[in-house]
Amino acid sequence: MTDLTSLTLAEARKGLAAKTFTSLELTDAHLSAIEAARVLNAFVMETPEQARDMARAVDEKIAKGDAGPLAGIPLGIKDLFATKGVRTTACSKILGNFVPTYESTITSQLWRDGAVMLGKLNNDEFAMGSANETSCFGPVGNPWRREGSNTTLVPGGSSGGSASAVAALLCMGATATDTGGSIRQPAAFTATVGIKPTYGRCSRWGIVAFASSLDQAGPIARSVRDSAMLLRSMAGHDPKDTTSVDIPVPDYEAAIGKSVKGMKIGIPREYRLDGMPAEIEKLWSEGAAWLKAAGAELVEVSLPHTKYALPAYYIVAPAEASSNLARYDGVRYGLREQGRNINELYENTRAEGFGAEVRRRVMIGTYVLSAGYYDAYYLRAQKVRTLIKKDFEDCFARGVDAILTPATPSAAFGIGEKGGADPVEMYLNDIFTVTVNMAGLPGIAVPAGKDAQGLPLGLQLIGRPFEEETLFSLGEVIEQAAGRFTPARWW
Amino acid sequence: MTTATHKLLNGATGDWEVVIGMEIHAQVTSKSKLFSGASTAFGGEPNSQVSLVDAAMPGMLPVINEECVRQAVRTGLGLNAQINLRSVFDRKNYFYPDLPQGYQISQYKSPVVGEGEVIVDLDGGRSVSIGIERLHLEQDPGKMLHDRSPSLSYIDFNRCGVALMEIVSKPDIRDAEQAKAYVTKLRSIMRYLGTCDGDMEKGSLRADVNVSVRKPGAPLGTRCEIKNMNSITFIGQAIEYEARRQIEILEDGGQIEQETRRFDPSKGETRSMRSKEEAHDYRYFPDPDLLPLEFSQQFVDELKAKLPELPDQKKTRFVADLGLSAYDASVLVAERESAVFYETVLDKLGNRARDGKTAANWVINELFGRLNKEGRDITASPVSAEQLSGIVDLIGEGTISGKIAKDLFEIVWQEGGDPRALVESRGMKQVTDLSAIEKVVDDIIAANPDKAAQVKDKPQSLGWFVGQVMKASGGKANPQSVNDLLKSKLGI
Repeated sequence: MTDLTSLTLAEARKGLAAKTFTSLELTDAHLSAIEAARVLNAFVMETPEQARDMARAVDEKIAKGDAGPLAGIPLGIKDLFATKGVRTTACSKILGNFVPTYESTITSQLWRDGAVMLGKLNNDEFAMGSANETSCFGPVGNPWRREGSNTTLVPGGSSGGSASAVAALLCMGATATDTGGSIRQPAAFTATVGIKPTYGRCSRWGIVAFASSLDQAGPIARSVRDSAMLLRSMAGHDPKDTTSVDIPVPDYEAAIGKSVKGMKIGIPREYRLDGMPAEIEKLWSEGAAWLKAAGAELVEVSLPHTKYALPAYYIVAPAEASSNLARYDGVRYGLREQGRNINELYENTRAEGFGAEVRRRVMIGTYVLSAGYYDAYYLRAQKVRTLIKKDFEDCFARGVDAILTPATPSAAFGIGEKGGADPVEMYLNDIFTVTVNMAGLPGIAVPAGKDAQGLPLGLQLIGRPFEEETLFSLGEVIEQAAGRFTPARWW
Repeated sequence: MTTATHKLLNGATGDWEVVIGMEIHAQVTSKSKLFSGASTAFGGEPNSQVSLVDAAMPGMLPVINEECVRQAVRTGLGLNAQINLRSVFDRKNYFYPDLPQGYQISQYKSPVVGEGEVIVDLDGGRSVSIGIERLHLEQDPGKMLHDRSPSLSYIDFNRCGVALMEIVSKPDIRDAEQAKAYVTKLRSIMRYLGTCDGDMEKGSLRADVNVSVRKPGAPLGTRCEIKNMNSITFIGQAIEYEARRQIEILEDGGQIEQETRRFDPSKGETRSMRSKEEAHDYRYFPDPDLLPLEFSQQFVDELKAKLPELPDQKKTRFVADLGLSAYDASVLVAERESAVFYETVLDKLGNRARDGKTAANWVINELFGRLNKEGRDITASPVSAEQLSGIVDLIGEGTISGKIAKDLFEIVWQEGGDPRALVESRGMKQVTDLSAIEKVVDDIIAANPDKAAQVKDKPQSLGWFVGQVMKASGGKANPQSVNDLLKSKLGI
């Protein structure tokens, strides 16, 4: 039955509907795969009993012909999503054994549509990281290795567990979140498809917050179609999140296979970095050529404020994080380290509960919001953000339908290889992705090829607000041209 | 309007002027909290009215309660203030156990209400205008309970997240009397509007008072802020003490340190809480979980159209329509309940144009006087508005004299009953039959020839005759008729 795990979500849906196999069988196959892949450390909490219960319940519904669009599909859930009765930690020690009494809006919509929860997935602590190395549960292994090497590589971050689990066939899809690239970069590192929808497309209610104005949830899946199916269930207006937008959710899957003829694709000249590896450059040109071959028109565009995006992002995101993480104080839930007075309790709890990267960002954020620095940092960064947004608006106003860029400046790297001495080295991973969060736009990462060492590389498509469908159409063109990539199993 | 002169304080080096500005925290009257659906009811079991949002559980998000916005706008309109169609919620960041989020959601740079003005009534019909700087919405924190355990503090989050309006005055207040009158007036306006119950004992209304002193005409002095005052009397005492303290320091050649102080009611003095150096850096920034608060002018206009009549408008109307003195009118409108009582009396009067003023006198002098004496509230008055209006009717139509009316009032107060029926059944009716009165007058003059002879030289002794006639008639003779008859019979 293990080959059930290699099906795409769309294929599994067909098999379930035809009663070729049951959701319980599909779920069991994945539970076995998870058990066999513990070395990857993708799951931080396995919920096999709950998974089987859910699968049985869905099977009954399928039998009655009362099946939702994701009926019987086993999924992994990033540990940032609150799951009722199931430990939710954001992979931070400070949440300890926190068990929510509530279910995030997104996951409750997935269960509504019949999906099955396999467990909780590893991520960077509070989603702060680009390699999944800051998790309190330890790093995640990428199922991909360099040819001829047995060095374990990072799956990217912060949704490293999601990307690794999907690539290693441990779940048919996963929820993820993206604040500066946390869906798209790990998708690119693992040859999976990840889409960060438009800000406001998905509810943030019940997702542990990192930077509220940038956070947006989305799926990671094994094909463009699969990601479209998942997003349809995840998206939607939620009165409990006032930043979510009340516009109808289209049938994203219908965009798959739609002609891209006549679409205008912008190639931004500012994304051509000095010292960019030749193979990234080549991948980019190839992707452009595939789109052109499918009838799209290529135009060079300019996004002049791109170079300020990363520094501005590393002011805005930590500023919001420093405030969002203030609630983890040891008073009401999670870890508490006693002290002789309340200030010591705060200091001890937060020093013990937060890892180094989280502490660094809380300190940066506190600093940039401080009296006397606010104008020079936070306010200026917000101005930059406005300019970045305007860059994109100008571009779209000239008729550009989507923008094509590389997803990452490199392929996956080894655990501990980057950022040890200089955190900025790690931050540079997000150079192509942060602009999209700053502008609140949708962005998809699609596998497009491999580097010389056999590691996957991805391309990113950036769309107009709430035009995710365009990205699915274009993404599928790349997917068709590039083919699909599956890692050789070593675990 | 009479512009009030304010009290200057005498120091060793001459007169000092006190400058006061206030921040009033008024709890918004609403069923649920500012950003959550939890109840705002007072007095619930600790932590029984706490939502996931109030407790700042991971991933929870605030959603604005539109009723609180309406209440803030209504209050702004009541303060004759600028209503901002776009305002922004900010986070005020600081750590304290009663603040689960680690920040208070407030409004910093863009408040929902801007500049306005309140006319404050002072003794003797004087009044003064106090400028309003702004009004903004914010969350109340929870409450620390320090008396439950010798070693631990407990927290009750029921109050956490309840909506407050912070109303900031301009530094226009000049003495303790004005300060007290300002709080009283604000409270009155909000009670009229139904936007805050003003119950200071329950903490629904608290004031931070900024006090500085200067020589008249000099630039503003350094101020000290007295935090969290929950009694109008204490506000007055604190200002008096604080101004004296500052004057003493300055006259001794010292300097005022900008600081936060606390008032100790048992000692009647203010004490330092923390200096400027220890002040928090709140790191305000716009709350990214909330969109800017935007509404249309139409929304404001609709609220404005439905505002109840406010004390100042009511006062003006009482003076213009009923001929009340400004002072009487301001006494009647000072509390919404008093005004409601008086207007109910008016509604029931047979002849409101004739007796409106008498009714005002009766409400203010007899009723308020008696209520005050017994420490009772207008809402617990034993004499209802209907009964009082009955008494005033009887006076107005000449059925009873004012003196009898006082007896009647006493009977109604003690025993209740319909005033008109009581007058009938107890024979309290005024005698207006001139022949009956004339007989009494004649008898009294005849019995006192000496006094009758003297009265031409000493017209003031007429009063003695009036008294005698009234006494003989058991108080039921019409005093005006008695007066007229005596004058003609005595030839004066």
